[in-house]
Amino acid sequence: MKTKRAMLLVSTDPESMRLGASDLLKSLKEALEAYQLQDEVDIAEIQDIERTNILPVVVVYPEAAVYGPVKPGDARYLVEEHLYKGRIAEDLLAPPKQLTGQIGSLRAHKGYNPSEQRIVLERAGRIDPENIEDAIAHNAYEALGKVLTEMTPEQVIDVVEKSGLQGRGGAGFLTGRKWKFVSMAKSDKKYVICNADESEPGTFKDRIVLEGDPHAILEAMAIAGCAVGADEGYIYIRGEYGHAYRRLQHAIEQAEEFGFLGRNIFNTNFNFHIHLHAGAGAYVCGEETALIESIEGRRGEPRPRPPYPVTRGLWNKPTLVNNVETLANIPAILRNGAEWYRAFGTPSSPGTKVYTIMGNVNFSGVIEVPMGITLREVINIYAKGMEPGSVLKLAQTGGSSGSIIPSSLRDVPMDFESFRKAGVSLGSGALLICDQHTCIVDLVKVLLQFFRFESCGKCTPCRVGTQRSYEVMDRISKGQGKLEDLDMLQNLIAEMERASNCGLGQTATVPIRDMLRHFRTEVEAHIRLGSCPTGVCEMALTAEPVIADKE
Amino acid sequence: MYAPAVEREIQEVVQEAIEKHGCRRDAFIPILSEINHALGHIPAEAIREVKAQINHEGNFVSQGQLYELASFYDMLSTQPRGRHVIKFCENAPCHVVGGKAIWDALRETLDLENGATTPDKKWTLVTTSCIGLCSVGPVLLVDDDMYGNVTVEQLPEILGHYE
Repeated sequence: MKTKRAMLLVSTDPESMRLGASDLLKSLKEALEAYQLQDEVDIAEIQDIERTNILPVVVVYPEAAVYGPVKPGDARYLVEEHLYKGRIAEDLLAPPKQLTGQIGSLRAHKGYNPSEQRIVLERAGRIDPENIEDAIAHNAYEALGKVLTEMTPEQVIDVVEKSGLQGRGGAGFLTGRKWKFVSMAKSDKKYVICNADESEPGTFKDRIVLEGDPHAILEAMAIAGCAVGADEGYIYIRGEYGHAYRRLQHAIEQAEEFGFLGRNIFNTNFNFHIHLHAGAGAYVCGEETALIESIEGRRGEPRPRPPYPVTRGLWNKPTLVNNVETLANIPAILRNGAEWYRAFGTPSSPGTKVYTIMGNVNFSGVIEVPMGITLREVINIYAKGMEPGSVLKLAQTGGSSGSIIPSSLRDVPMDFESFRKAGVSLGSGALLICDQHTCIVDLVKVLLQFFRFESCGKCTPCRVGTQRSYEVMDRISKGQGKLEDLDMLQNLIAEMERASNCGLGQTATVPIRDMLRHFRTEVEAHIRLGSCPTGVCEMALTAEPVIADKE
Repeated sequence: MYAPAVEREIQEVVQEAIEKHGCRRDAFIPILSEINHALGHIPAEAIREVKAQINHEGNFVSQGQLYELASFYDMLSTQPRGRHVIKFCENAPCHVVGGKAIWDALRETLDLENGATTPDKKWTLVTTSCIGLCSVGPVLLVDDDMYGNVTVEQLPEILGHYE
């Protein structure tokens, strides 16, 4: 291979594309040709996830100069200055990162946001995700080789179990234990499924992994296959993620070419094939049995459990279903050992967590930090504070079915155990930060609109419960609610939690419960006074305030 | 007998989809997705055609099973849609950063309710669940094009891109 003297990394994630990255890429190529540098300089596309304010970004190696935002019109100048004349184009350089807030005792990590620690996203944004050689240079498939040539399946499961890794899809079940269940199931055929149906509103961490480092997932699935005794895997990716789908497709082809997937991997007798399966738009398919139904060509309606997928899953065979983020931890754990992994996070929740931050804050995007940091730290350090004029009123952790917590809980450490004690769910890692202009009634109404739409309709408590609770919230938001409605909500959610078939109906109630627990006075104000304290809800003109009961 | 152009087209689209994805049960949803993408929706004739072609291969599927899928999944439509489909994210992350104003403006500009198509068949307006671009909300999609940090003032320009 001919040596190149420089390399250009251009960000082409969806946000960059929206800001003109494809034209920029074209202009850069044209400029390189104009200076006859096309054979000396390589161009690669990357996912930039750290610098959302300066997209599209162009990074020039070996100097590691970061330019951004770069417009297509700047391309020629950039090539001329930096690559032709050999000097940094100072005026195009990205502004240095503004660090605000207290960095505290957390260790700073060069090149990232303050004190991020990256395991899951280690390669994302640093390699060309379309190029397997890049990934290999950054240790991809090293763990698979080690597993296949130096370890027994029992040892692999043992390491995963000792690492204390918990499922990152939301439930937090011990990954090693799940692997053990599948490995113990007796069957001639088993499957590994990667759950990439990331449909939880506000969650896009898996998209970043899939688009930025697809080989991590392929490697982890092959390792899992070897550990539990499966030779076939499915990646179920939501239909909306077209970009990630194409990237994975390409990555699978490359991995097969290099012999990391297919037959006799690493010259052993281990075979592993991965199918890529796109969904067609259904939130409920994130539930593992609904996902399996969907692969089998049916409506995504969850199955009754037991039997669980670990004994009877896809095509009625024992099946391991793991979330994208969970899997992305696996290669690093096997490369570095369980002890290394436990050094991150808290004793009960080891490792890091990828959070997506959004709402009324200065920075929205993705961060990967150790388990156990607090919401206050997330807002002050990583989100660069609340927007000007905004005061934290509430946060929703974990997507639509996540807990709504008042600002008073912002110092609870975010790990599975502490949150469980505080009655809060960590969920998928979405952090929606809302300021004083957010009306709790309006917010919960929007959430219930989502659930009544996404309920698959199979079981009555969920189908009717989500619809009825939406109607109640709609009435309250129009100033037509009654105090009895709140009792009705209490009863409804108790029944939904008790009788719903799957997690959708069981957790659609979480926002309602939290609303009644933490924000009851605000809800009652809608009912008693017929007015919305934040002025968000449009009260119907005909509304008669309940408090004015004629005497 | 010479089949009308539309039917012939449906036959070809279905054939291509089946060649690409196979006839097993796990191919049903990908096949319907391909058809939806090629034709803009899944007409009843396409469902009949899928059944006919799949059942030739020794596999069995009923029209009911296929319709059940086409009517369940959000990205599949059994009804014809406009030349361009606007998908607006109505979930909480987009909502709290000003999504409602965009939604109201869209409905007013196009004079459409959720799920409806303009009389000239140019636009269909639908809401969608989260598409994972929450860091740049409010978000909307026109066909496959993504728009983030959308403001009411930008809407005429965005819509102006489409014929």
